[in-house]
Amino acid sequence: MTTAPITASEGTTTADAHLDHGHHPDLRMFGVATFLVADGMTFAGFFAAYLTFRAVNPLPEGSTYELELLMPTINTVLLVVSSFTFHRASKELMASRMGACRGWLLVSALLGVAFLGGQMLEYFTLPFGLTANLFASTFYALTGFHGLHVTLGALMILIVWWQARQPGKFTPQDHFGIAAVELYWHFVDVIWLVLFALLYLL
Amino acid sequence: MTASLTPIAEPTPAPSLQPSGWLRYFSFSLDHKVIGLQYIVCGFLFYFVGGALAGVIRTELATPISDFVSREVYNQVLTLHGTVMIFLWIVPVVNGGFGNYLIPFYVGARDMAFPRLNAVAFWMIPPSGLLLISSYFVHGGAAQSGWTAYPPLSLTTPATGQILWILSVLLLGGSSIFGGINFIATIVKFRQPGLKMMMLPMYCWAMLGTSILVVLATPVLAGTLILLSLDIVAHTGFFNPGLGGNVVVYQHLFWFYSHPAVYIMVLPAFGLVSEILPVHARKPLFGYVTMVYSIMAIVILGLIVWAHHMFTSGTPPWMRLFFTIATAFIAVPTGIKFFNWIATLWRGRLALTTAMLFSCAFIIQFVFGGITGVALAQVPFDVHVHDTYFVVAHFHYIVYGGTVFVIFASIYHWYPKFTGRMLNEQLGHLHLLLTVIGFNLCFGPQHWLGLNGMPRRVAEYDPAFTFVNQLSSVGALMMAISTLPFLINVIYSALGGPMAGNNPWRALTPEWLTSSPPPVENWRGAPPLVTEPYGYGHNGSPIDLQTASGRDLWSTEP
Ligand code: HEM
Ligand SMILES: [Cu+2]
Repeated sequence: MTTAPITASEGTTTADAHLDHGHHPDLRMFGVATFLVADGMTFAGFFAAYLTFRAVNPLPEGSTYELELLMPTINTVLLVVSSFTFHRASKELMASRMGACRGWLLVSALLGVAFLGGQMLEYFTLPFGLTANLFASTFYALTGFHGLHVTLGALMILIVWWQARQPGKFTPQDHFGIAAVELYWHFVDVIWLVLFALLYLL
Repeated sequence: MTASLTPIAEPTPAPSLQPSGWLRYFSFSLDHKVIGLQYIVCGFLFYFVGGALAGVIRTELATPISDFVSREVYNQVLTLHGTVMIFLWIVPVVNGGFGNYLIPFYVGARDMAFPRLNAVAFWMIPPSGLLLISSYFVHGGAAQSGWTAYPPLSLTTPATGQILWILSVLLLGGSSIFGGINFIATIVKFRQPGLKMMMLPMYCWAMLGTSILVVLATPVLAGTLILLSLDIVAHTGFFNPGLGGNVVVYQHLFWFYSHPAVYIMVLPAFGLVSEILPVHARKPLFGYVTMVYSIMAIVILGLIVWAHHMFTSGTPPWMRLFFTIATAFIAVPTGIKFFNWIATLWRGRLALTTAMLFSCAFIIQFVFGGITGVALAQVPFDVHVHDTYFVVAHFHYIVYGGTVFVIFASIYHWYPKFTGRMLNEQLGHLHLLLTVIGFNLCFGPQHWLGLNGMPRRVAEYDPAFTFVNQLSSVGALMMAISTLPFLINVIYSALGGPMAGNNPWRALTPEWLTSSPPPVENWRGAPPLVTEPYGYGHNGSPIDLQTASGRDLWSTEP
């Protein structure tokens, strides 16, 4: 092992300091972003399938593409607002106001849960089921897959919210958990906007 | 901190919970070299499974009637063969295997960017492979719809096997995506200071291109298979014409992944060959910059040519035209790479090692497969030979004659680094001879079969084709036999081969600038900064590879 003097600040990295491990750049956010590109491609595939179905596969007599707009519009607002509240949480974090940060995190998670509730409500009031026709199946597959993402996202927000009660867990310099969940949450939000435009407005 | 701490004789490995010794190859090791070898060895095990399945296919096809196995079993064997070979052998070995072993060396790092993700990605493979193979024993047997799983066939064959097939492919796709993310981060962001992208060995560029394809295309396959499984389990009708669905959409989505997948299988092989040729020819890799651009061109074009697999699926004329032209364009960057390899060999001081010979066989066979590929891209020709043995011959010339030959070349080239011992060259030459003859005998005649109208994926055929099919089966038998000298060589040499020393090929790339096998952290002391990985054949004043013309390189004495 090394005989070089070890100062207190280096204490945590001494075990393998001679292996210059301390110099690794932190690439975790890069990894998360790449993963989201991949995830986005899954949605892109779904959207492409949906658009092709709509273009070339007529629905049976009596079925329609029309959907109620009220509930999903409220849902859209909830999700967009939650992106802003999350952004606010990050701002508070950068200013080292952890209490406020946690508050905004909780608000974001609750907005996500409210979105899921709205989605459920919509599912139960729709006039068609999963296998009614091609549009119905595509509708449930797309919103369901997106809803799965929201569920995961809300859970992850709650996890970082819980972790953040520990002082020093997230600092303005080092807050990978929160940053990653934030990126993911914005991603889910953007996907919803595309989905909303394609499924409800088109 | 590094500089003052580096000169240490024998660094004690950092205390860790990682097992050492041979046990580490069975553990959740985070060492990229261990993971790389895990991928390679695991891949070879599945290769033998897939090979045995191919043996069943060729035995059945030795006679025109269905006598060796039942038709249902034949379909299961065919499906398993394709899936095992693609998803459990080629893709994991040329990407995860050599990629994990070599890329950290090439970027001057001590490990991949995300070691833990790396280990997770590897350990997803053996369970999904076993899941796939075990589906043979469930009720109704394994999937019967081929590796393409086209509906409505995949909706009407026994469901359990098909669902297990989907699960297994989803897991393997996930593993592949995790690997791709890791490679992109490592190559783009993890290089040692001072190492520019244009200084990287070509394999890095190949893996970067491949990983971009993995990240962009594999998720689409995953989404498609999720929809397919809904069709099977929940009786939705996405791809079921009986329920108002559309099978052609499946084909589009499937090939949006699976055409790039053929480049996921072959681009890394391009990279590996580009490492092997300069070393054994003692010449710089010719046309480094054009190589880089052609890889990236292949990545882009590879994403927009998928429907050349669907010319007979009722694609409208404008689509046929577009996809024919786009596909023909891919031949341009591919041709550039081909000529660069030839130019690398040109007037080099060739060492006819087994690694070199396998690489040369690759070049010839790959070109042949490329030519039949361009022919297949022409609609008037393709409508005649689509779904015949001509297509089977085409892609085996590329996947086997190309990629598998490169895997063998790479084993002969890097085995000394992996184990510290040399392989026996005589046995290697024997292996090469048997493989080249067996391979061409097996797949060459299949072009004729296809041109004369023998459909693929059938257990029975017109007796007029018997003789040529038997030729092909003899070739397959020779291929099976050819693995024996290889296996003997690999096992015997591991125990008693001559010691290799650090750098038996006198190569310049960084993995050779350390002991064989390398220490846990790759180099004792600081990683070497290799700015010119192919600086062979010139003394003293190196040519500037970026600006040199072909004449400069050729006129330099080797
Ligand atoms: C110059 C390059 C290439 C061209 C122009 C080309 C063209 C084609 C075309 C048009 C087909 C469809 C034939 C049909 O089904 O009727 C095809 C099939 C195929 N190609 Fe290629 N190809 C090329 C390179 C490759 C490479 C590099 C690979 C693999 C590493 C590959 C693997 C395959 C496979 C696996 C199939 C058959 C898929 C199936 O139906 O099961 N090809 N190729
Ligand atoms: Cu293709």
